[in-house]
Amino acid sequence: MATKKFMFVNRKAPYGSVYALEALEVVLISAAFEQDVSLAFIDDGVYQITKGQNTDAIGQKNFSNTFKALGDYEINKLYVEKESLEERGLTQDDLMDLVWEDEDDDWAEKPSIIMVNRSEMADVMAEQEVTLSF
Amino acid sequence: MKFTIMINEGPYQHQSSDSALQFARAVLAQGHEIFRVFFYHDGVNNGSRLSVPPADDRLLQKEWSELSKEHDLDLVLCIAAAQRRGIMDASEAERQGLDANNIIEGFHISGLGQLIEGGIQSDRTIVFGD
Amino acid sequence: MAMLHIVNKSPFEKVSFRSCLNHARAGDSILMIEDAAVGALDGTSFSDKLKTAMADKSVYVLGGDLTARGLSEDRMIDGVKAIDYAGFVDLTVENETTQSWL
Repeated sequence: MATKKFMFVNRKAPYGSVYALEALEVVLISAAFEQDVSLAFIDDGVYQITKGQNTDAIGQKNFSNTFKALGDYEINKLYVEKESLEERGLTQDDLMDLVWEDEDDDWAEKPSIIMVNRSEMADVMAEQEVTLSF
Repeated sequence: MKFTIMINEGPYQHQSSDSALQFARAVLAQGHEIFRVFFYHDGVNNGSRLSVPPADDRLLQKEWSELSKEHDLDLVLCIAAAQRRGIMDASEAERQGLDANNIIEGFHISGLGQLIEGGIQSDRTIVFGD
Repeated sequence: MAMLHIVNKSPFEKVSFRSCLNHARAGDSILMIEDAAVGALDGTSFSDKLKTAMADKSVYVLGGDLTARGLSEDRMIDGVKAIDYAGFVDLTVENETTQSWL
């Protein structure tokens, strides 16, 4: 099957609606198709990958750890927009440490999060062939 | 040109299902092909045959069903999203030990891979949602 | 590659429209559907933003979504093109990719 550039655009916070969780389910399935997959986190989407999420009091499953598994499926291009973080008073230190292991480099652990500014994000979006938004 | 259409909202709650239906009709009217229509999130409610809107309102599920019959469309409800929301075909209802099914003719239930495959196989993938 | 950006949120309620304008590039097209159709009007607190974007992008609105909301095409910003669903399909064909700003 052909390889295409897929981008999953996340613009919504988790838990308040099901979009973030079900978007992640699509991302995981996409791994089986060996496509060139990227994720974009802009606007409230950046809240999906904050560290220290605790859902004990709201009765929902905390699915943030699933993001940590993406590297194992070779999904390792998670573009995070600097301006979206700044607008929300966040920095990269507020985000989970998401990594993948590069088998071509003796399984060295490398960061999956790629910080980009708004115009760089626009450039990355423009390179995609299939853009699914959630 | 080949299209895949993704619909992320249920009928009535949001305009996206209406918009997608109008868009699908226009795609077909121009002689393009619809490879697949994939229903996700609450969009799976478009596949229920138990909707009974007031007599002067549209019955979106039936409109999709009829469009499918007319053009042999592949209308796919995501199985995981459908299970969460209680949309079942006969075999899935039986497998889950449930006493009823509610899918309307023309739709079928399948996996999320169908969405990715649609994106790969189609020239254009268009998302309707909220 | 030229991209068609599809917006369906009113700029007076959600940030989606602004976010779309912040990420659309020169030569891209923007189509307003559903609640976003209200963004086509001139003389609003949003119209200057859209006019700025129109310097290097084409902007369209689904005419049916505008009239459904009681707004006539003669109140639109000069240069915004009202189209129907056939025109919507044409835009998806003319642009290599699409992105929906949900």
